[in-house]
Amino acid sequence: MIPENLTSKEELQALLCGFSRDQANLIPMLQQLQERLGYLPPEAMAAAAERLGLAESTVYSVASFYTQFRFKPSGRNVIKVCRGTACHVGGGERILSELERQLEIKPGETTADLEYSLDTVACIGACALAPVVLLNEEIHGKTSTGNILDAITRRKKTGTGCSCRQ
Amino acid sequence: MPPVIDFPTLQAEAKAHWQTLIESPTPHILIGTATCGKVSGAMSVLDAITATLDRLGIKATITQVGCFGMCYAEPTMDIALPGMPRVSYGFMTPEKAGKIIEDFIIKGDPRPDLALCTIGEGSIDGIPAFDEMPMLKGQRRIALRNCGHINPLRISHYIARGGYAGLHRALTALTPQQVIDEVMRSGLRGRGGAGFPTGQKWQFCHDAKGTPKYVICNADEGDPGAFMDRSILEGDPHSVIEGLIITAYAIGAAHGYIYVRAEYPLAVSTVKHAVEQAREHGFLGLNIMGSGFDFDIHIKEGAGAFVCGEETALMASIEGKRGMPRSRPPFPAISGLWGKPTNMNNVKTLAMASYILAGNVDEYAGIGTDKSKGTCVFALAGNINHMGLIEVPMGTPLQDVIFGIGGGIPKGRKLKAVQVGGPSGGCLPAAMSDIGLDYESLVKSGAIMGSGGMIAMDQGNCMVDVARYFLSFVQAESCGKCVPCRLGTRQMLSILERITKGDGRPEDIPLLEELAKQIKAASLCALGGTSPNPVLTTLKYFRDEYEAHIIEKRCPAGVCKSLITYSIVNDKCNGCRLCVKACPARAITFVAKRQPVLLDEGLCNRCGVCRDVCKLDAVTIT
Repeated sequence: MIPENLTSKEELQALLCGFSRDQANLIPMLQQLQERLGYLPPEAMAAAAERLGLAESTVYSVASFYTQFRFKPSGRNVIKVCRGTACHVGGGERILSELERQLEIKPGETTADLEYSLDTVACIGACALAPVVLLNEEIHGKTSTGNILDAITRRKKTGTGCSCRQ
Repeated sequence: MPPVIDFPTLQAEAKAHWQTLIESPTPHILIGTATCGKVSGAMSVLDAITATLDRLGIKATITQVGCFGMCYAEPTMDIALPGMPRVSYGFMTPEKAGKIIEDFIIKGDPRPDLALCTIGEGSIDGIPAFDEMPMLKGQRRIALRNCGHINPLRISHYIARGGYAGLHRALTALTPQQVIDEVMRSGLRGRGGAGFPTGQKWQFCHDAKGTPKYVICNADEGDPGAFMDRSILEGDPHSVIEGLIITAYAIGAAHGYIYVRAEYPLAVSTVKHAVEQAREHGFLGLNIMGSGFDFDIHIKEGAGAFVCGEETALMASIEGKRGMPRSRPPFPAISGLWGKPTNMNNVKTLAMASYILAGNVDEYAGIGTDKSKGTCVFALAGNINHMGLIEVPMGTPLQDVIFGIGGGIPKGRKLKAVQVGGPSGGCLPAAMSDIGLDYESLVKSGAIMGSGGMIAMDQGNCMVDVARYFLSFVQAESCGKCVPCRLGTRQMLSILERITKGDGRPEDIPLLEELAKQIKAASLCALGGTSPNPVLTTLKYFRDEYEAHIIEKRCPAGVCKSLITYSIVNDKCNGCRLCVKACPARAITFVAKRQPVLLDEGLCNRCGVCRDVCKLDAVTIT
């Protein structure tokens, strides 16, 4: 089986061929696969296992250990709420629970229409701008639930809507 | 093989180049574009700067620099005109930036009303000098020496400010043992948290048998509330790379790794670029500076696991395994990466080592306290006016940092506690603000230095909630290998959750203390071993708050949702409807113009948005 967002099996092989047969390459390899595919489908992990001469279970056990790796496609909009201490003190948890309520999903989940994924990130290190939320890799600092929901609605309407450049 | 570069010539060229940049007749504009600057909108300010220069037909040099540490004032823009000190401006917007350029460069008015400070020789009326800034007074910048001054992507800037001189000195004038002796003499201790003497650590690895040997830079800064490693990597990557090469020389390693969090994309790309440049200049590779010493660095991106900050877990992660710690001994100095002798240091430790080796041993050893030498870097955040990054001599009293450098607590509120050292640290009450910030004093108080995150908290923070927060973090990040950490922290968390929900029992407090003792004693690594610290310190210094939750079923700070009720004070409310629009639960109803609005307690989900938006202070919590 070829993962659906790859055009050919050759393309999958091309993604793997830069890595030598060494377990030390496993995490960088998975990172590259996820970068291209958006997540790690079983076929991609199987191909990585074959390339490195590892058991598929080993690959899955390593991948599932790290929070960076996803095993399901994520939504068109990925919202990540920073859970750092400064963000917590600044009301980050409140933003998270409000987003959970509005989107009707829990962290780590994606809405049924694949529109939104909600997640948390341990700390992105922009503590002076707490609370911080990442909207598709764009960092929104000194934000509030209202601002984030506004940014999402704006994005929905216009397809753009970065508040940090305005 | 690249030709052996003659370092003195290279240094002279870099210095000459730097001098032309500084003394150039064309205006020099500097803008801080580290992650924090970018988040505050530095890129749109940069666009405005270029547009203004084009519009006015001004020829100027623009340099993108890292973060000075004054994150609260970001984005910042500095302008240096020939014959004048450099002027730094904060809180920039595209409009303001354009206006300042026009006023200063064309009309000669430096706009003291908008300026933060002047940097360098000379002064301008109405603008304080850099060192007189409240946030910089009392600071001693060693690890942060170049942050905000140089373009991190230009190796020549680093060399011009004394960079790679330490490496040159080590390789040409000192034996590995002499390098170790110097580091020992400086009194440098690991800045990653535990504070183990760096020279001694290097000595162990130097003495270990077995080849090859490895050196690793631990840049997996996962501590919530800490961002100093990110700032150094983004603002001055070469100081870390130089420190790592010196370490490698001292212990005899041929390969090095920089393990950096993938959550810091800008730091990753800056470090990659810097390693490439160091290689091009012959500071990495074969026969470095003609000394016969070979060494190279690989960059490994982390994949999001807090426990990988633990050295044995980090090594497992480099090997392509699950990042789980193992018991020690054997220590990494004997059997580390792939079973070979390995030495690991933190970003700040390495940045300080390169400074020390450049001939500054005695100076470094002269700073700080008896047992804690040198400086420590803190990330100030939370309820504090001057949020950002600071570096002070060890032993500086906490109150000097919070009220002097940090500018005190905003909105005229009172300091309640300071959380030092992240999930491994503890909460110190305001009454203990005279404590000195050094390893010994902090440990005595129940907190630890940790990675140096410092969060100020005011009366609006519930200490039970803070303890619960840290426990939930540790519980989620526990690798699950050892039982005390996996199950013990879960047990503690569920007790704390129960207390914050108003279901606490009097026997919960001794139970928490007992669990903490066991987890501390029996955990495999520091993640579990230090995880009870936030609970123990809050129990020690804020026990009355626990008791209020348990006995009176009340959250004095008004944070724990199950124990609070929101209401609108009719006398203060004028019916402006801001809260009606903002309320996500539709719990607030508008009555009539100039009349108080109504809050339906049944619908209210206690999110607090109404209190945030209310300009009249009409929302209260009971």
